Amino acid sequence: MPPFIETASQTAGPYVHIGCTPNVCGIAMYGGDLGAVMKTGPVRGEEITLTGAVHDGMGAVLKDALVEIWQADAAGLFNTPHERRGQADPNFTGFGRSAGDMNTGEFTFHTVKPGRVPWPDGRLQAPHVSVWVVARGINIGLQTRLYFADEEAANAEDPILSRIEHRARAETLIARRSGPRAYRFDIHLQGPKETVFLDI
Amino acid sequence: MPPEQMPPPPLGGFMARNRAAQPAALHPPYKTSVWRSPRAPLLSFPSSLSEETGPVFGQSLLGPLDADLLSNFAAPGETAIGPRIIVHGRVVDEGGRGVPGALVEVWQANAGGRYRHAKEGYLAPLDPNFGGCGRCLTDAEGHYSFRTVMPGPYPWPNGGNDWRPAHIHLSLFGPSFAQRLITQMYFEGDPLIPLCPILGAVTDAAALQRLVATLDMQATIPMDSRAFRFDIVLRGRRQSVFENRKEGL
Ligand SMILES: [Fe+2]
Repeated sequence: MPPFIETASQTAGPYVHIGCTPNVCGIAMYGGDLGAVMKTGPVRGEEITLTGAVHDGMGAVLKDALVEIWQADAAGLFNTPHERRGQADPNFTGFGRSAGDMNTGEFTFHTVKPGRVPWPDGRLQAPHVSVWVVARGINIGLQTRLYFADEEAANAEDPILSRIEHRARAETLIARRSGPRAYRFDIHLQGPKETVFLDI
Repeated sequence: MPPEQMPPPPLGGFMARNRAAQPAALHPPYKTSVWRSPRAPLLSFPSSLSEETGPVFGQSLLGPLDADLLSNFAAPGETAIGPRIIVHGRVVDEGGRGVPGALVEVWQANAGGRYRHAKEGYLAPLDPNFGGCGRCLTDAEGHYSFRTVMPGPYPWPNGGNDWRPAHIHLSLFGPSFAQRLITQMYFEGDPLIPLCPILGAVTDAAALQRLVATLDMQATIPMDSRAFRFDIVLRGRRQSVFENRKEGL
């Protein structure tokens, strides 16, 4: 029995936005919400918008979810002091957090298209965004990934995408072009279109 | 400590999550989990840089009152109503190493059990001097601390008569996105703890016990605030054989 075991998760509950995006619920704090801005100046690479919603097992859109993303910059580098492969774009944080629209539940991230990041064995992964979803009714945060529909060649050799046994399920991780420099990514918690969630 | 001076995290991928100590996604007594829990098994993969890195936040993020919920929303010279408490503890990883620079965000109901939220309609009144959120960064050894009021228990629509035990919500960022955690801390001796359908999703008795903060008389400030201690463990990375060899040379 290891002496230290990860603390048990608990649902973020209906009021997660008070703690994580207080300004969205009218509590003026911190000079702005964490993760609301991913670009702090001119950025390198293709600027894109990611939009979507989180759906429950009955098909209803969640209006109390919190979605976070973490991704590499256009060169495949992460903006963290622990990045050892080079200097990431200093004007791109790589971290986004969205409460979703209070009326429609739609989340939006203004970001850049990520570059490719190596897998532990050195192969390159397809461009992707790590996604984390919490909400009332979700007892432990759900990890998934967003890939891009227009990266067919890279997607075909991606270590995760290519290992998903049921092809229809792999499609749940692919964001579709919804406009110029815009992609749509819907997350289904349950049901026939249930998103592939990861245990990484 | 500024992010640029932080020691790099240990090498090696993440150890598999200890799911036995975590709540199941589906816990029918908590009714909302029924339609919001995935049914397919999670897809397991070793971690890559995408999960081993994560956003790192520096002291420059924080304002002077961020960790003081007694006054961070209060009018000048005023303070929130309720029993004054300090909540503190240490954030470590599964290897027992302190996690420096971890961002801890907290939110809670006021002393009457009321949240400051448009969708909240409980009878208990809002406290004009209490916003209900705060945040801090852990120090070089992983310690964190904030001041607040003891939150009240509150009723919620689930069963016919369900009450949440008094609790504070916490969100944690370690240096790796794989360590992202949201949890709730409870208070020693609260008789509502064994009745709570949300807490009941944690079926491992020891894991549940670790969610209960204990009265810490040592850290209490006489004539001012009681203190409660709540330690937090984030996921840990396995030490590779390679790393051990290097250290042995
Ligand atoms: Fe709560």
